[in-house]
Amino acid sequence: MVTLGHYLIVSGMLFTIGFAGVLLRRNIIIIFMSLELMLNAANLSLVAFSRFRVTDGLPNYNAQVFVFFIITVAAAEVAVGLAIIVALYRARQTTHVEDINTLKF
Amino acid sequence: MMSSALLPWYILLLPLFAAAVIVLLTKSRPGLSSFISVVAVLASFAMSWVVFATPNIQPVELTWIDLKPTFYVPFGFVLDDLAKTMLLLVTGVGAVIHVYSLGYMRDDPGKSRYFASLSFFMFSMLGIVVANNFVMMFIFWELVGVSSYLLIGHWFERDSAAEAAKKAFLTNRIGDFGFMLGILMAWVATGSVVFTEINHDLARITSYPGFLTISALLIFCGAVGKSAQFPLHVWLPDAMEGPTPISALIHAATMVAAGVYMLVRIGFLIEASAEALWVIAWIGTITAVMAALIATQQNDIKRILAYSTLSQLGYMIMAVGLASGQAAMFHLFTHAFFKALLFLGAGSIIVMLHHEQNIWKMGGLAGRLGITFLTFLVGTFALIGLWPFSGFFSKDAILALAYEKDRAIFWLALSTAFLTAFYMLRLVVVVFFGKPRSDRARAGFEAPWVMIGPLILLAIPAFAAGFSFIARMFVQLPAEKEAGWLVPALALGAALSGAILAIFVYRQRESDPINLAPLRKRFYFDELYSFLIRASQELLAKLSAFLDRWILDGAAIRGASTTTWGIGSLLRLFQVGNLQAYAFLFGLGIVGLIYFTVFR
Repeated sequence: MVTLGHYLIVSGMLFTIGFAGVLLRRNIIIIFMSLELMLNAANLSLVAFSRFRVTDGLPNYNAQVFVFFIITVAAAEVAVGLAIIVALYRARQTTHVEDINTLKF
Repeated sequence: MMSSALLPWYILLLPLFAAAVIVLLTKSRPGLSSFISVVAVLASFAMSWVVFATPNIQPVELTWIDLKPTFYVPFGFVLDDLAKTMLLLVTGVGAVIHVYSLGYMRDDPGKSRYFASLSFFMFSMLGIVVANNFVMMFIFWELVGVSSYLLIGHWFERDSAAEAAKKAFLTNRIGDFGFMLGILMAWVATGSVVFTEINHDLARITSYPGFLTISALLIFCGAVGKSAQFPLHVWLPDAMEGPTPISALIHAATMVAAGVYMLVRIGFLIEASAEALWVIAWIGTITAVMAALIATQQNDIKRILAYSTLSQLGYMIMAVGLASGQAAMFHLFTHAFFKALLFLGAGSIIVMLHHEQNIWKMGGLAGRLGITFLTFLVGTFALIGLWPFSGFFSKDAILALAYEKDRAIFWLALSTAFLTAFYMLRLVVVVFFGKPRSDRARAGFEAPWVMIGPLILLAIPAFAAGFSFIARMFVQLPAEKEAGWLVPALALGAALSGAILAIFVYRQRESDPINLAPLRKRFYFDELYSFLIRASQELLAKLSAFLDRWILDGAAIRGASTTTWGIGSLLRLFQVGNLQAYAFLFGLGIVGLIYFTVFR
């Protein structure tokens, strides 16, 4: 029997993988993908909550509406983010975060 | 009597007019300039005789500053016997010295400037004499200081002259500051600056003895500066850097006597305070003795005479302090003649020896400079107080006064008389007798008539001005005391013994047999003052440098910048610039936040 707990564990693992990717990987595109992974981990937990919170035989759709919003915003974010990465690559000829540190003193 | 009412104005303004004309119009024509100046002073002299002979002149009085009832300054004249005599004295000696200057400054490139300054001095000095209030007197007092500065520094291209002029001006400034404070105190107490009104309201000051004493002593400060009394005497010997006629007129006969004149003029104020009188008498005594001691060891002919002037001014101040303005004025009157005579005689020696002033380079001048020698001798005898020369009578008046009032002062004054005879005979013996000690002295010859004439003219009053039947016409003589024969005999004895001792010591000498360093170095006053000034200035400079460098620059300005910079460089250690480090810290922050909100 699959319960809410199983979904949340999977969601937590996905988030952790994403977070670790953000922290540890050096390629900025991989970091970007890891960010998306973290967003989708959040989506998964929201959908799971929606499915398991049933009133009068119907799931709670509020969470699912929220997920749609997240997907929309993520799409916009990807468009902007990839554009920035392309511009950055053109300027610096690199996608490695270690080389992009001019904000340091 | 419109004309006599304006006469004092003419006397006062003629020299100013002459000075203005010379400066504005005739500066490039020295002959004409000197002519204008001499004519102006002669005219003033003639009109002074008219004023002297006319009783009850009511001069026109102008309002100068009118802030009634608190403050009112007229531009008015006082023409009592005192002022009339001073008018005659100043214009008379001034006229003689103007004529003498024609010879002395004949080839000087700054002749026009010299005569302009001289006329300006005459104007200022006459202003002091006739001023009827403190403010007017103070203004003229300062103008006299300015003209003295200009004339001491006449040969300003010589560093020593420029320095001496500055020294005279600054030293006088110290005294004048006290003078001004004293005037203000008198005004605060009585509400007036006019002498007669202060005298009228004198009770308002005398009811506060301490206030009165301080006020009188502050006013006396002005006289200390102008009459070069201890401890502000240092400027007068240096003032001898000026041309010799200036030394005779300003720094012997008239300007330095202004302090005495001023004290006599406000005698009513000073004599109301016994403490002030005591201080004044002792300052005068100290100056007289000290200057006479120094004079015995000087080698510059003009410096000897300068210290002699100091000493004689000390006598006058002493007389003022002994509450006898008459005795002071009597000595001022005779001293003006014989000291001007001595200076002019020294001047004609100096100019004939091509500006040689060291007495040990002279010698044997009696034969070649006959008239100069004779007149100089008259001046010397008058100065040391030999009967029947004028100085005997006036000095005797002061000595008798001291004998009666304060024995300590009397003995000091008597020893000063002894010293006076000693240093004057030293001067005469070394300069006029013996063998000439330099080529210049061998080649010297008599000065032209334009310089000899004034000597003869001055020798007459230097001899005769002391006889009471002559002096009585000009000054109020002090009442004859019961002193008897003792004081004159002692004074004459002191003078004679000093003179004989000097002749005995200095006869046929090639150099000074006595060498007393403290006297030769003028008791180290100049060294002491320059040390004090340097020490205090250095201290002040160091203190302000410390404040500026460490407190203002260091703590306030650099401190602010260093603090900001230090905090900034501490904070920027956090800015590693690594995106993932930021993300890690951000994550850590979130975890911490969750921990604290959920689990605590």
